Amino acid sequence: MHRDQAKNIIEAMLFVSDKPLFLNEINGVLDEFKAQDIKDVISELSKEYEDASRAFRIKEIAGGYQITTDPSLASWLKKLYKTSGADRLSGPSLETLAIVAYKQPATKPEIETIRGVNVDGVLKTLIEKSLVRITGRRDTVGRPILYGTSQEFLQYFGLNSLEELPKLEEFNITEQDIELPEHLRKEEETTPGPGSGVVYTEGKDEAVQSS
Amino acid sequence: MSYKVKLDVFEGPLDLLLYLIKKSEIDIYDIPIADVTEQYLEYIELMRMLDLNIAGEFLVMAATLIHIKSKMLLPPEEKELLPEEEEDPREELVRRLLEYKKFKEVAGVLQDLEGQRKKMFTRASAFEGEPEEKFFEASLFDLITALTKVLKDVPKEVFQDIVKDEFTVEQKVHDLLHILVNTSLLHLSEIFKKCRNKAEIIATFLAVLELIRLKEIIVVQNHSFSEIEVIRNEKHRLRVE
Repeated sequence: MHRDQAKNIIEAMLFVSDKPLFLNEINGVLDEFKAQDIKDVISELSKEYEDASRAFRIKEIAGGYQITTDPSLASWLKKLYKTSGADRLSGPSLETLAIVAYKQPATKPEIETIRGVNVDGVLKTLIEKSLVRITGRRDTVGRPILYGTSQEFLQYFGLNSLEELPKLEEFNITEQDIELPEHLRKEEETTPGPGSGVVYTEGKDEAVQSS
Repeated sequence: MSYKVKLDVFEGPLDLLLYLIKKSEIDIYDIPIADVTEQYLEYIELMRMLDLNIAGEFLVMAATLIHIKSKMLLPPEEKELLPEEEEDPREELVRRLLEYKKFKEVAGVLQDLEGQRKKMFTRASAFEGEPEEKFFEASLFDLITALTKVLKDVPKEVFQDIVKDEFTVEQKVHDLLHILVNTSLLHLSEIFKKCRNKAEIIATFLAVLELIRLKEIIVVQNHSFSEIEVIRNEKHRLRVE
């Protein structure tokens, strides 16, 4: 088979698929090609879209490839689908997800210890949304249920893998800082970590409106 | 002092504490515990006045703060001798605050990612319209929503007599169990439809809750806001005399 034909087939598959396509799925159809060849063809396609300023992009999401629209077109598409952005996750949901993502597999009490509040409801919603899944039970007294993030979690946040999340240490405060004796701590200036400026913009908006 | 902050923004006691620390530009490692405790209690009082539901966790934290405050008031025990092992009563709290703050920041990152992702549209599932037999257990809120919906539909003026315990939850539990002996699935709205007045609806609703508690029935919903179905819990065979 000619490489150009393979390229068309791959493009067609990505076009048709409603979920990220895994390399081995594509390879299963085009079995005479090596995985690396397919990867190359995909990045070629991706580059073509970008170079020609086409409406599409190919994004690596949740370990697969998916055609998405160019983010700069979002405002028009939102008009078409009349999405207001109200379908965003709430603060508690995001916090809980953050804890699950980094501490997985985690039990409910572990999540609650960090958040300082009960997470029954939030956890349930997140499971219903398939963003969090039950990964098993811990082999200790009571065999507590363990929670972890799902494939949908990666898709939802447009991540290829959990590795793409910033390291916890990047948030300035490391475990070591916490253990430091007090007289040493004070000398360290706390500089805001990445993302600290955007925490709870939603909440801030509300505060402004109500004042 | 005027409070213009929307109070229910605080999702928990740690969230509120972080806010107070940020607002007063306090060093998180050296929290003036007396001040913060006072401000914290003021907020709780305000929340109470506004009839906001104060979660128990807020009160636990209030107790913790007061405990730390009282500990700090006590004279330090020979701290010259063992300066390194001297334990600051605030240490545990600071550790928890920092840990929480970290994840709150991660939540901010996730929120950004979510925003970016929402700007990228992908092909919607072609099978979305197909009826999917995927349901999840209806939550208490779903049930309450269903109840309020039914209560709204009840004709208002028709029943003005004072009904004296005409309908008991106990009776309704029995009725429901009897119905469920013959049918395995009931629509919640149908159960309510048979009720003649508010009192009966409420008794029925409480009976449904009771049966859920007793694990005799399961309530399910195919998707959000859809009809709530009541199913007999087969694993927990009912015993009707």
